[in-house]
Amino acid sequence: MKENVGATGLILNEPLLWEKGRKGRCGFSLPRRDVESFPIDNELAGEGPDFPDLSEVDVVRHYTRLSQWNFGVDTGMYPLGSCTMKYSPKTNEKQAGLSGFTGAHPLLPSDLSQGTLRMMFELEQYLAEITGMDAVTLQPAAGAHGELTGMLTIHAYHKNRGAQRSKILVPDTAHGTNPATATLCNYRSIQVKSNEQGILSTESVADVMDEETAGIMLTNPNTLGLFEDNTKEIAEIIHSKGGLVYCDGANLNAVMGIVKMGEIGVDVMHLNLHKTFSTPHGGGGPGSGPVCVKKHLEPFLPVPRIVEEKGNYSLSDNYPESIGKVQAFHGNVGVMIKAYSYIRSMGPKDLKMASRLAVLNANYIKESLKGTLHLAYDRPCMHECVFSDDKQKDDHVTTLDMAKRLMDYGFHPPTVYFPLVVHGAIMVEPTETESKEDIDKFIEAFKSIADEAKEAPDLLHNAPGKCKVRRLDEVSAARKPCLTG
Amino acid sequence: MRYLPHTSEDIDLMLQAVEADHLDDLFSTIPDDCLSKDDLALPEALTEWELDSHMAALSDAMAVSPDYKIFMGAGSYEHYIPASVSYLLGRSEFVTSYTPYQPEVSQGTLQAIYEYQTLAARLLGMEVATASHYDGATALAESLLMAVRISKKRKVAVSSLIHPFYRKVVRTYFEPTGYEVIELPYLKNGFTDLAGLDELNDLAAVAVQSPNFFGCIENLKKIGEKIHNKDALFITCFTEALSYGLLKNPGSQDADIVCGEGQSLGIPRSFGGPALGMLAGRKKHMRSLPGRLVGKTKDLDGKRGFVLTLATREQHIRREKATSNICTNNSLCALAAAIYMASVGGTGIKKLAQLNHDKAEYLKQELKKAGFTISFESPTFNEFVVEFPAGFDSVYDCLLNKKIVAGLPLAEYYPELVNHYLLCVTETMSKNDMDSFVSEVKS
Repeated sequence: MKENVGATGLILNEPLLWEKGRKGRCGFSLPRRDVESFPIDNELAGEGPDFPDLSEVDVVRHYTRLSQWNFGVDTGMYPLGSCTMKYSPKTNEKQAGLSGFTGAHPLLPSDLSQGTLRMMFELEQYLAEITGMDAVTLQPAAGAHGELTGMLTIHAYHKNRGAQRSKILVPDTAHGTNPATATLCNYRSIQVKSNEQGILSTESVADVMDEETAGIMLTNPNTLGLFEDNTKEIAEIIHSKGGLVYCDGANLNAVMGIVKMGEIGVDVMHLNLHKTFSTPHGGGGPGSGPVCVKKHLEPFLPVPRIVEEKGNYSLSDNYPESIGKVQAFHGNVGVMIKAYSYIRSMGPKDLKMASRLAVLNANYIKESLKGTLHLAYDRPCMHECVFSDDKQKDDHVTTLDMAKRLMDYGFHPPTVYFPLVVHGAIMVEPTETESKEDIDKFIEAFKSIADEAKEAPDLLHNAPGKCKVRRLDEVSAARKPCLTG
Repeated sequence: MRYLPHTSEDIDLMLQAVEADHLDDLFSTIPDDCLSKDDLALPEALTEWELDSHMAALSDAMAVSPDYKIFMGAGSYEHYIPASVSYLLGRSEFVTSYTPYQPEVSQGTLQAIYEYQTLAARLLGMEVATASHYDGATALAESLLMAVRISKKRKVAVSSLIHPFYRKVVRTYFEPTGYEVIELPYLKNGFTDLAGLDELNDLAAVAVQSPNFFGCIENLKKIGEKIHNKDALFITCFTEALSYGLLKNPGSQDADIVCGEGQSLGIPRSFGGPALGMLAGRKKHMRSLPGRLVGKTKDLDGKRGFVLTLATREQHIRREKATSNICTNNSLCALAAAIYMASVGGTGIKKLAQLNHDKAEYLKQELKKAGFTISFESPTFNEFVVEFPAGFDSVYDCLLNKKIVAGLPLAEYYPELVNHYLLCVTETMSKNDMDSFVSEVKS
């Protein structure tokens, strides 16, 4: 094997927290006691939690070692499809860490919170402009939470018209969150098949849309990385039967400045600030999932809303038709600051350029690897492309084997086995922040792995070999769960 | 733009490879009437240095301690955060990774979350804890939905002394489901009034917060007995996780599900978010839990390792039959809490919690001495309600000008409690701060 990005280096073993430490240590500078002690009633007092006692050094070494077992975007290319693992700019972290932002209590009078409120108000406006929608709430904490919020506005809209509906259309390419969200809103999901081109046809939607159906949950661009060409016509069908169009905006990174969903019939959509707007994924959160709506759904958005009058910002609960609250306070403000900083740093031209380069990178990978891997839909893609392990069948090598082998080459694997409509799917989303050189190395790695699949398949079956651990037994983890130590 | 690495030469070579002449050609399959005709109307790009001054100005327009003395908690608490916690939390291997779908390259996140689950379970006295949720309010809503799933009953009751915003979130989540939410009133002593339970049947669960929204420490043992007699699940909720450094944990009081907000454990207030939804339960209900779970396992060589587990509950496998639509946890916030709990330690957390209690008690006593009425006599942790004389709202505004926030006026949330204020004191408040607060409100 020729030299690749993935190398081995010294990493250190580290026990579990409670396998370390000595009773009586403390890694915390206890504040001075300047008041007397008031013992609490014995009936109420507990024994205190059984935490280990560690010094500051113990704690710092522990987590430094753990961090070194992780692969992040800052480590290398992380082409996890549908997750938009783009670079998270460092200045954004610095801005979110400013003491006026981190120290802010959420219930202070508005006059004492003008900085954050202005930031939030402007961010809402930017997102409305980017999506072509009329109003925005920043309250949802994540993409799935935004989906729930968006679907709750649809539910409230139908209820408010005095004619609640029972079903919702969900394409077979949808994220699993879509049908799960529909269930939370008491809508029964009706699956709509995508056509041989990987998108929805107007006919398949027209066939199932009726006046018992609340609307459709459309992901655009969809999870095959394809633009839903018929969105406008589909929206007309849905609207003609009194339904609404929900757009899952997880893949907005492909079309900033190119398509505005509000102009092509979408009534409500959510965005993922941790995808399109560069805020870090944090090992699984916190994210932020703003919801953008057209005028007719605005009354239903969560409260409080931010209102502006003559340059003064305040919070208002005065929206009687609102669905209420979806989080205790105002959403993940710390995340919003980073997305705001990103939009201000990029400006309109570079946001559009980001989308163009994201699409260029994905198409470049698609063209470069389609001789090596089976390409599920051979047509121009948006921000991601979907391959499968079809060509490796005779080598008895699976998508999972190739994904694990990629780790040895120094890359995070793509999303695998999703979308479900492609058997053995390998979903690659490079994002715009990967350079041509790094992408070329990734392509080379995949080609080399395909060669290994033919010549030495066990290299793949036994992969990864350079990580902290080898393949893990997920079956027994689920059969006999051990969730605490 | 420094985040976009492509040179024009790179772009040309890549366009050639994909057989396109221009970047716009990449979008030629999109129908023309879907393409946006105008440029985005957004402010022009700022340099890094312009952004610094713009953001500093926004940050400066916020009232924060130590400049302001903020005697307000109500679900968002000021606690000291060690530099080591913030520093470790900034490690980009943690920050820039995602949900650990590929465990071999995510052992750092996975072990850290397994440790978080363990410490959370120990803090709350429960057998299992999830990998975290969005915040305390959504954790409560998910807990109640979980109880409905387990019991197959369609009605829940919640104490009116659960944080008003948490109850609002529950209402929002429950609205489309058709399940009924009943609110239980409160007693004069600041405890939940459970008398109405006798009339109620077919309850899936009853949820009670302790310390409750008035700061009072509920008698969970007695409440639990009553709820279990009704054959309902006993859910306890909290907004101040630090209180369990001092108080009996809810698990020891027979709670079936425990949920709440972990912001106090090393997470800055950040205007209310991101926060940390904590949710813990019993082993027997493990497969009904919402959200991510990390489990221990072995690799091919028999070496200890960790994976996401019990995924068959989740949306990406079960789709419309999933236990929740959640697909991530608030991982970095859970990590903050784990690092914080590890730093404070078993010995430290008891002392810190006691100090919170004692400081709040000191202010309570001083206010009493100054002639003010403590609204509820029941014991409290680091928050309590005081009744100020009629017309105190103008004093409240004057104090704001002096950079003192005299707690949360309760009348907006409990209209009967005009002139009652919810005060909070943590370890960050000095005796001097409290003494001058008392003399200010007196004058």
